[in-house]
Amino acid sequence: MGAHHHGPARGITRWLFTTNHKDIGTMYLWFSFAMFILGGAFAMIIRAELFQPGMQLVEPGFFNQMTTLHGLVMVFGAIMPSFVGLANWLIPMMIGAPDMALPRMNNWSFWILPPGFLMLASTLFMEGGAPAFGWTFYAPLSTTYAAPSVTFFIFAIHVLGMSSIMGSINIIATVMNMRAPGMSYMKLPLFVWTWLITAFLLVAVMPVLAGAVTMMLMDIHFGTSFFSAAGGGDPVLFQHIFWFFGHPEVYIIILPAFGVVSQIIPAFSRKPLFGYASMVYATASIAFLSFIVWAHHMYTVGMPVAGELYFMYATMLIAVPTGVKVFNWISTMWRGALSFETPMLFSIGFLVLFTIGGFTGLMLSIAPADFQYHDTYFVVAHFHYVMVAGAVFSMTAAVYFWLPKWTGRMYNETMGKLHFWVSFVGFNITFFPQHFVGLAGMPRRVPDYALQFADFNMMSSIGAFVYGASQILFLYNVIATIVAGEKVSDEKVWDGAEGLEWTVPTPAPYHTFEVPPKVDTAAAHG
Amino acid sequence: MAATEQAASGYQKYYVPDSSSLAVRATVGLLLTVFGGGLVLNNMTFGGSHEAGSAKWVLFIGLAFFILTLASWFRTTIRENMQGMNSAQLSHSYVLGMFWFIFSEVMFFAAFFGTLFYVRQLAGPWLAGEGEAGRMNDLLWPGFEFSWPPAITPQEAVGGTDAQPIANNGDFVTQDRSMSFADAHHWYQWLPMWNTIILLSSSFTVHVAHTALLNDERARFNRWLGITVALGIIFVGLQAAEYYEAYAHFGLTLNSGIYGSTFFMLTGFHGFHVAMGMTMLLVQLIRSVKGHHFTASDHFGFEASSWYWHFVDVVWVFLFLFVYIL
Repeated sequence: MGAHHHGPARGITRWLFTTNHKDIGTMYLWFSFAMFILGGAFAMIIRAELFQPGMQLVEPGFFNQMTTLHGLVMVFGAIMPSFVGLANWLIPMMIGAPDMALPRMNNWSFWILPPGFLMLASTLFMEGGAPAFGWTFYAPLSTTYAAPSVTFFIFAIHVLGMSSIMGSINIIATVMNMRAPGMSYMKLPLFVWTWLITAFLLVAVMPVLAGAVTMMLMDIHFGTSFFSAAGGGDPVLFQHIFWFFGHPEVYIIILPAFGVVSQIIPAFSRKPLFGYASMVYATASIAFLSFIVWAHHMYTVGMPVAGELYFMYATMLIAVPTGVKVFNWISTMWRGALSFETPMLFSIGFLVLFTIGGFTGLMLSIAPADFQYHDTYFVVAHFHYVMVAGAVFSMTAAVYFWLPKWTGRMYNETMGKLHFWVSFVGFNITFFPQHFVGLAGMPRRVPDYALQFADFNMMSSIGAFVYGASQILFLYNVIATIVAGEKVSDEKVWDGAEGLEWTVPTPAPYHTFEVPPKVDTAAAHG
Repeated sequence: MAATEQAASGYQKYYVPDSSSLAVRATVGLLLTVFGGGLVLNNMTFGGSHEAGSAKWVLFIGLAFFILTLASWFRTTIRENMQGMNSAQLSHSYVLGMFWFIFSEVMFFAAFFGTLFYVRQLAGPWLAGEGEAGRMNDLLWPGFEFSWPPAITPQEAVGGTDAQPIANNGDFVTQDRSMSFADAHHWYQWLPMWNTIILLSSSFTVHVAHTALLNDERARFNRWLGITVALGIIFVGLQAAEYYEAYAHFGLTLNSGIYGSTFFMLTGFHGFHVAMGMTMLLVQLIRSVKGHHFTASDHFGFEASSWYWHFVDVVWVFLFLFVYIL
């Protein structure tokens, strides 16, 4: 065996063959940003078409392909891999491990992603066009009436699922097996906790999604009738299976975001996190509840009333642990020595806007009210408040927060703040009016709309362009930091930050904690 | 507990492998496999393309490359272990990895079992007009009555695709005979019973092999492991015979409506997993006989394969209950 080398290899093979959690984390982060731009470009096409009523720019069929690919790319390509990248970079450093538990598999988890998305994107150029049935790919739109490219979409989902499952198994094994001596479970930083629970969710539901697309594949190519009533199956069955995956999936997206803000808010409040244990239990409760509420996505499908009531009450329960979290973050800030650097701004933005998204979620959970809201822009507004202002804002906060640790250079604070404010304003101009058009009855996934929605839609489109443009600022700031940012060398880049990752040199060396650190009896999460 | 000993003595150095081309090679194999597979399927269903022949080769070459890469991956990890590079802590990572992999497989089967329960308990009765969700029966599928195994598909009940153009997609023909116990002529001709006996015994034999290995009785280990593999092969053979019977004599195919769909999906994926588990055990047998691998204390390759084997066994018990008997 070759000597254990301490620096990275040179050239392209460093990235292709790497087993280093930091390299793999970096690749995940850049890949997810590329997908964020791609998914964003699809969104811009959608908003450009919706700028005015009537058909302007694209064919309705292509519009449907755009809404479908926008959702798929953002969920599976941008948000999920970005948090996996963060997990790769941070979990070993936070728990005092030399690397992830299964480093070669870690590399594989990443490398099957780009070809998977290549295959998904290539459907745009296939006969009949890309998938056009929405990111939820309900049967029979996705079976009987789908373009032939659906086969490649199905295999792409299989590949992405494999990546997620392997990545999650790796995270579970790392957290369960690689903690430094003295790092007990209740000392884990909250980001590690939320990811551990997220990984459980992923291992539990990604195979169910694989099962769903496999049944689609069988229906399309082998004459089975899982989702066809004519043969004794049921298209609604697809929705049940999909949402059994899909509801835990939205918590898969948001739980790591909770973890991130639970690291950042204490750092800039210069106070320990309020209610650490309750945060852990709340996260676990949310994860548990996510398995038993799925049919609130399908109130209008014709379920028996008993089902509607059960899913309504179960869904409302989620507000309890979520409320615990929101109040804990606010209590953490209460009487803290607050300062408002960019990561803190994005975290507070997260807190405010995610709470709005949570409340609209509560509105949607009420079955009789949902009959009015279902499949309108109100739903679109709701989930963008939790996906964009929730997950993406928190991810952005994370990049600003840990970038100095990763690169040894400080980003430009003024530009960071500008990025926040432009994003914040742009985001709200985009999505706040969508509540109104939704309540007034504008359906989602339709390229044209009634004239009374024209003003709000134009507003929404302008906001979307502003929000989209602000990401260029972000990209520029990150690259400028890496290339020419002001050097920082303090281990603790932020004076209020706590945790093992702030005890290693800045920038973090290629290998950290080859010898596990001793963790004090004091709580490591700060 | 190994973990507490470690914590007491301070951690051994965790082996982080050097950079490796395995992952990228496996990716190439996987990508070719799914891309070729997609082309083949689309040619089969939608036709019209002249790439039919070459698509097959993309699939075969991809699959072969993928399997060879996985084999070389496993060889690498086995060699590392035999060179003593795996600390107790690292071995535990493999244990966790295998455990959670099997858990993910459980959830994969859960999707198909969930489908079966949903169809039998909810969707079927609704299609036949039961309850508040069944109000559309008169409009869509008048005359359809639900039973399990179904005697008729909704499509046939209304008189074919032309009789009712709404939601009447596909072409489904009910089986003449089902595989359930109710339709069996003689109990001793009922293959699923024999398959149950075979698979349950194989779980027992693999356990005997494990015990032998723990007692360092090498010859006994090889013998019982060999018997297990043989039982696995017999199971897969009988399963193939059952499929032949289904297609040739029972009129039971993938097109037989929801009964055929769930039957072949559940038994097919299970059979595939048995074949995988059997291959895994066979590899362990060859390792033991040819390579003299494994000691009483270090035999994770065998142990993981045997967990997998017990897992497919448990899945079969549920299959036997819900697909064949009830």
